[in-house]
This record gives sequence, C-alpha cells and structure tokens, in this order.
Amino acid sequence: MTYLAKSPWIVHYDGSSCNGCDIEVLAALTPIYDVERFGIVNTGNPKHADIFLVTGSVNEKNREIVKNTYDQMPEPKVVVAIGICAATGGIFRECYNVMGGIDKVIPVDVYVPGCAARPESIIDGVVQALGILEAKRKAMNENPGAAKKPAGDAR
Amino acid sequence: MIPEPWTPFVNAIIYLLLAPVVGGLVAGIDRKVTARMQGRVGPPLLQPFYDVGKLFEKENLVVTTTQNFYVLSYLVFMAVSGALFFSGGDMLLVIFAFTLSHIFLVLGAYASYSPYSHVGAERELIQIIAYEPMIIITAVGMYMVTKSFYVGTIVQSPIPIVLYLPGVFIGYLIVLTIKLRKSPFDLSTSHHAHQELVKGVTTDFAGPNLGKLEIAHWYEYVFLLGVVYLFFAWNPILAIAAIIIAYFLEILIDNTTSRVKWQMTLRSAWLVAGTLGIINLGVLYYLRMVVVP
Repeated sequence: MTYLAKSPWIVHYDGSSCNGCDIEVLAALTPIYDVERFGIVNTGNPKHADIFLVTGSVNEKNREIVKNTYDQMPEPKVVVAIGICAATGGIFRECYNVMGGIDKVIPVDVYVPGCAARPESIIDGVVQALGILEAKRKAMNENPGAAKKPAGDAR
Repeated sequence: MIPEPWTPFVNAIIYLLLAPVVGGLVAGIDRKVTARMQGRVGPPLLQPFYDVGKLFEKENLVVTTTQNFYVLSYLVFMAVSGALFFSGGDMLLVIFAFTLSHIFLVLGAYASYSPYSHVGAERELIQIIAYEPMIIITAVGMYMVTKSFYVGTIVQSPIPIVLYLPGVFIGYLIVLTIKLRKSPFDLSTSHHAHQELVKGVTTDFAGPNLGKLEIAHWYEYVFLLGVVYLFFAWNPILAIAAIIIAYFLEILIDNTTSRVKWQMTLRSAWLVAGTLGIINLGVLYYLRMVVVP
C-alpha cells in the first residue's frame, strides 16, 4: 500500500442534488463515522483533491462546472457518483433541464446507489475508489504521457 | 567529540535533518489532539507524513512555472532561517530570513491567476504586518535582558528571561496563533478549510509543490517553538514543559474560537504588541537605565 491510499483527499460538488446526499456526505465527517481516521480530508479545493465526490444529476447549467472541477484535479484522480441522481439522473431524469448521470460529462469510477446514499455506503464507495486510485497511479508511472490527456466531453 | 568551532554547523545540520521529522510529529499530535477535543478518534500519528508522501506521488500540476521557484525559495529560506537560529546566529538576521521566506510565499500566491489565491496573498501580507512588530519586540526584549542578539549567547544566559519579559512572552504566544495558522487568525490559509477562499495562498499549489509548502511549515513549527524555548533557556526541563503547554493552548484556542476578519487580526496583534510588548520593554528600560544606572 502506498501513501496515496492512506491519505485520500476529497472535493465534494453538489450538482443538482436535493441536498439529501450532501448531508450524508458531511455526516461521514462527524464523530460517529469520522473518516479522518483513514486520513480522508474534505479539502474543498480541486487542486488538492484525489477523489471527486459528486451528488445530484448534471444539468445544462452545471455541466461546465463539473468538467472544469474534474480537469483541475491533478492525476491520479477518481470520481465517485453519490446517490441515484448522480448515477442515472434518478427521479429528475425526465426533467427538461437534466442531462442525466455524472457519467454524461466525466468518467465515473464508482457508483454509490441509494436515495439518499447512506454514510456507510459512501465510505464503502470511497474505499473501493482507493483501489482504483492505486491502479491509476501504477498506470501513470508506467505510461506518464497518457495521464496528461484531458477528459473529453462524453456527450 | 566535535571541536568547538564546528558546533554551530553541526547544530544547523541536525536542525535541517531532524526539524521535518519533529515538525511532522508535532502536526500529527496536533491533528490527534484536535480530533479528541471534537470527540473523534482522529487520524494516525504519522498522517502528516502520509499526506506529504502522497503529495509527492501526485502529478505536478503547475499554473505558472514561476510558482516552482517561489515555493522552493519559501522552503529554502524557511530552512535557512531555522538553521541560523539553531546554529546560534543573530536573532535579527533570523527574523529577516524568516520574513523573506513568507514574502516568497506571497509572491508564489500572486503568480497564479486565481482570485482566491490573490485574496490569500493579501491576507498573508496583512498577517505579516500584524505579527512582525511583536516578533521584533521579542528579539529586542531578549537583547535588553541578555545584552546580545546572538541566539547562542541568549540560550547560555543564566538569567530567567521570561521573568523579565512576561508581557513579551504573552504577546509572542498571541502572534504564535497567527504564525501557526490557527483560529481565530487562520485567514490566509487554514488546515480546516472547506472552501477555496479559506485555502487562500495554497489554492493554486498542487502535488509536490503543496508537499514542499507542508515541509516548510514543519521547519517553521520547530523554529517558532524554539523561540518559546529561549524564554525558559536557563532551565531546559521547564522550557520543554512550556513548549508543550504553549502548543496545547494553541490547539485549545484553535478549537474554541471562530475565524475573525482581517481588521480584527491586525488590531488585536498590534494592540498586544503596543501594550504588552512596549510597556514591558519600557518598564525594563526604566528599571535598567534609571533605577540601577
């Protein structure tokens, strides 16, 4: 295990979430769950972050922001879509302004289901993301040029 | 045995090698105690080392290449000022090198295009303006008591310095809160930031550059706590106890106060320097120059 898996820093973005999943993400920082035990810090700054947590669906207004935040994060990085809205658009999927899940704009590594996703499953999703983060770091070290490529708009 | 003329160099090298280890452990204890105060378990003691190790594993994302130079200069001058201090050098030179290193940090923050980084740089400058008078008063106070600006002479002085400089000591502890980037004065950057605005000067540093900033902070911790040691230099055991109590108080203040505006930071730091610092020096001057000629 390398340092990367011992110190995952998170940036959290609320797409067009109903705030249910956001509250559950922040609940993971409270004394009951205390994710800082695992070195997880909520940085609030994409340039410092390793894991991008997105709650809520992507709409026409925030797709640029989601993509911009993702592009600002240094490699290696992973994206965790929290809740059913971030995965597929959820109950808002039919809305005229909603594009769908986060994977319409940026590549998603882990989908955490639930409405709202429970803190336990969010922590589980982040722990799974750590494995992917480690695999990406290995790939980056073997092929340094490939990681620099910016994420394309998947739409 | 090491020959006498080499002792300053040996001390400086020991500082350069050991200060990051000690500083990292202090940061780890800080995070653990903070977590316990908040009713949490907290990260492992070695978490700051894992964090910096991780940062050096990341891609070096640079906004402008001049940032690399400024961050490296910040780290180098911070290490130099600490090395000068621990080799027993001139206190004033130490303070100048210390200030210069922070100017490099401000320049590094201004080199990027982020408005958050610029706000952080301005706040860092205000913090420098706020704490600098008290730091200078500390050096002047130690000169008035021991008749020397040299750390080597001050540390060997048998005089209980803190008894002559109680006001200066309390004033120094208050500006230490600014220097350690603790609430209520963690304006320019904070370890508890959840927004880019609060991350301030560090906003546009990523990966290895952020790691260098962290290592510079560790050097800074050891240097600043070394100044606390000077106040109690006549009794090393008491001095270590004073450092532990002072740091614990800083953590307590960090966890029980909210962040203030920059006006309040400047006002309170200057008020402390102006009252506790200047009055202490005035009384000392009066007693030395007038009563005992």
